[in-house]
Amino acid sequence: MNEKITGAEALLKSLLAEGVELIFGYPGGAIIPVYDKLYDYTDRLKHILVRHEQGATHAAQGYARVTGRTGVVMVTSGPAATNVITGVSDAMLDSTPMVVIIGQVASSTLGTDAFQETDVVGITQPITKWAYQIRRPEDVAWAVARAFYIANNGRPGPVVLDFTKDAQTAMVEWNHSKCTYIRSYIPCPKINMADIERVAAMINAAQRPMIISGHGVMIAGAEKEMAAVAEKGDIPVVSTLLGLSTMPSDHRLYKGMLGMHGNIGPNVNTNRCDLLVAVGMRFDDRVTGDVDHYARQAKIVHIDIDSAEFDKNIKTDATIHADARDALEALLPLINHADRTRWVESFDRYAKIEREKVIDPEVFPTEGSLRMGEVVHKVSKAAGYKGVLVTDVGLNQMLSARYFHYAEPRSIITSGGLGTMGFGLPASIGAKMGAPERTVCFFTGDGGLQMTIQELGTIMEYGTAVKIILLNNNFLGNVRQWQALFFGGRFSQTPMVNPDFVAIANAYGIAAENVADRESLDGAIERMLSHDGAYLLNVNIDPEDMVFPMTPAGAPVDHVMLNATERLELD
Amino acid sequence: MDQQLYTVTVFSENQVGLLNQISIIYTRRGVNIESLTVSPSSIEGVHKFTITSWSDRTLMEKIVKQIEKRIDVLKAFLYTDDEIVYQEVALYKVPTLKLLDEEHLEDIIRHHSARILEITREYTVLEKTGHNDETEALFEELKRYGITQFVRSGRVAVTKSTVEYVTLFLEEQARRRAEGLI
Ligand SMILES: Cc1ncc(C[n+]2csc(CCOP(=O)(O)OP(=O)(O)O)c2C)c(N)n1
Repeated sequence: MNEKITGAEALLKSLLAEGVELIFGYPGGAIIPVYDKLYDYTDRLKHILVRHEQGATHAAQGYARVTGRTGVVMVTSGPAATNVITGVSDAMLDSTPMVVIIGQVASSTLGTDAFQETDVVGITQPITKWAYQIRRPEDVAWAVARAFYIANNGRPGPVVLDFTKDAQTAMVEWNHSKCTYIRSYIPCPKINMADIERVAAMINAAQRPMIISGHGVMIAGAEKEMAAVAEKGDIPVVSTLLGLSTMPSDHRLYKGMLGMHGNIGPNVNTNRCDLLVAVGMRFDDRVTGDVDHYARQAKIVHIDIDSAEFDKNIKTDATIHADARDALEALLPLINHADRTRWVESFDRYAKIEREKVIDPEVFPTEGSLRMGEVVHKVSKAAGYKGVLVTDVGLNQMLSARYFHYAEPRSIITSGGLGTMGFGLPASIGAKMGAPERTVCFFTGDGGLQMTIQELGTIMEYGTAVKIILLNNNFLGNVRQWQALFFGGRFSQTPMVNPDFVAIANAYGIAAENVADRESLDGAIERMLSHDGAYLLNVNIDPEDMVFPMTPAGAPVDHVMLNATERLELD
Repeated sequence: MDQQLYTVTVFSENQVGLLNQISIIYTRRGVNIESLTVSPSSIEGVHKFTITSWSDRTLMEKIVKQIEKRIDVLKAFLYTDDEIVYQEVALYKVPTLKLLDEEHLEDIIRHHSARILEITREYTVLEKTGHNDETEALFEELKRYGITQFVRSGRVAVTKSTVEYVTLFLEEQARRRAEGLI
């Protein structure tokens, strides 16, 4: 017979059994017994004390996105539980594996409005794959095993475990066995060969097929298989925001990013192709624009592990319900070698227009204030085109996603579905901890940085060497852009009076400098990257910098604004 | 879009909190639940939800997929009335004296195939099972005696299909597990 241990210790043993090495968390009354036990486990389980529970969730997301492993968060009840909601919701929308353990009041006081009691399961059910309340120590091993299985099998997502205090202190015989099966859940459906053959025939018959590579390709680790299918069939590939880096930026068949601020070619050719093969993506409205004018001329093939995505936003002509890698692997032998040069080259025209009208002025300006695109390009280049990009939300996000260079998979960590300002700083900490050998370049805005700026404390304490590039326009820039373009230049509540960011960084013991002009940019980037440790560059950006091209919200994808005054002419 | 009454049946494991998970899927998409019945199913340990709502097919298909996506849901199905055999039960509480004044009382009860469940000096409780329009018709008829209480249950339904999909699903899962496919 096993020796009896507390539920708290059972939890830690179960986490170890699931291969956890890192926990992002913050203690409090309802989780104290676990933290007490953790005191004896610090040699095996590393705990990162963040400065706000929201930061714990985004750090766990950063860790999960860069490693593919499940991020773990541990916090107390009540206000801590509500502080993790943004991160949980973000992880749900961006299919990020995460297990969040939340302390809860003793089961005898549940429902009495006890001190720091909040209905965690009730609140998180709509934004988790699974939310469960552990009320007995006997349930710990089962619930933790199930949580990890659910979080990182099938389409990944967050799981919440609400752990009552009495279950933490009660004694139990601990027996952990990994969960490998849930009767009511088929995470990875078996390939249906008839679907594969049908789709292969559609691809072979198409003259102008286009592959959309989404986050699902990265999650499945299907980058090679996708490239192989594209190369064999000579098929251009475009990506979603979260699908960036599934194909190297300089691959002959890679044609750029889709969406509101995506590249012109991919957006226009969405309405020119005769077949769209969407892999591991969900036709978000930021990608489709007006669904009634989305790829109406094309047949739509949708490959996804989550069948609830089929026909949710865009009506499909064929589907493959499977893991992206399984599907692409099965498709590959059935794809005919083809030469679609003319179609592949049809993107060039738009690339040229974009280069002249948008990219050159943004990335290679010779006069005026610094622009976001040029800073991003220079940092990416100086990092040997090998860095991991972490972004916040806003112009900094769109411009860094556009102008960062991607050489290997899992090189972008950004809040796509929820668009969470404040995501970036903690996410960059998690990313660096997950991939210590990689250069983590975190681009942020003055607004977003201040939403989770206290995590500079975490960076200080753990010596996390993230490179923070603050694209500082003293504006809530992305909102300002909409106000400039669509609200008559009425800049309501978007100018911002900012603190001395360098002084703040320095107060946290983080090296930092201001960059005011073009001449000092290169040297500053060089100093930042060669510095051993975290570094903050506060770069003064043209407050009027905007991101283009732009397909306004709700417009057809091929209605492209090249700048504030010019529209793309379609032939 | 053409609105219609749809019946969704959900088969699930016996886990707490499922009712909430299912109902918020409707709420979030602005669909009202007309009636809801939760009961055991013919399979031991498997619960069955029967839910009706007015909506259009496209939206209902999405709702069913979202329901089935919940981890502890085994299967969910969408039906129109012609695909199922369904029934509801209604209870009517009426003042006994007023009923006794009615010379056609026997006719009414016979005509509606209603039953008397309880008679006291003060009140009589009638029961009628049937489709919504049938229980409604009796309601209209009894109105003039002053109905003091009325209640109608949620719909219960079984399919007309000869294939039992949930049983097949469970057999398939058991087979996959035995063969180590999972
Ligand atoms: C938590 C949160 N609040 C509000 C918004 C709306 N929003 C989107 S972008 C943006 C402006 C961001 O400004 P800043 O961080 O300075 O970045 P910039 O756009 O200037 O690069 C705002 C307010 C949001 N996405 N997230």
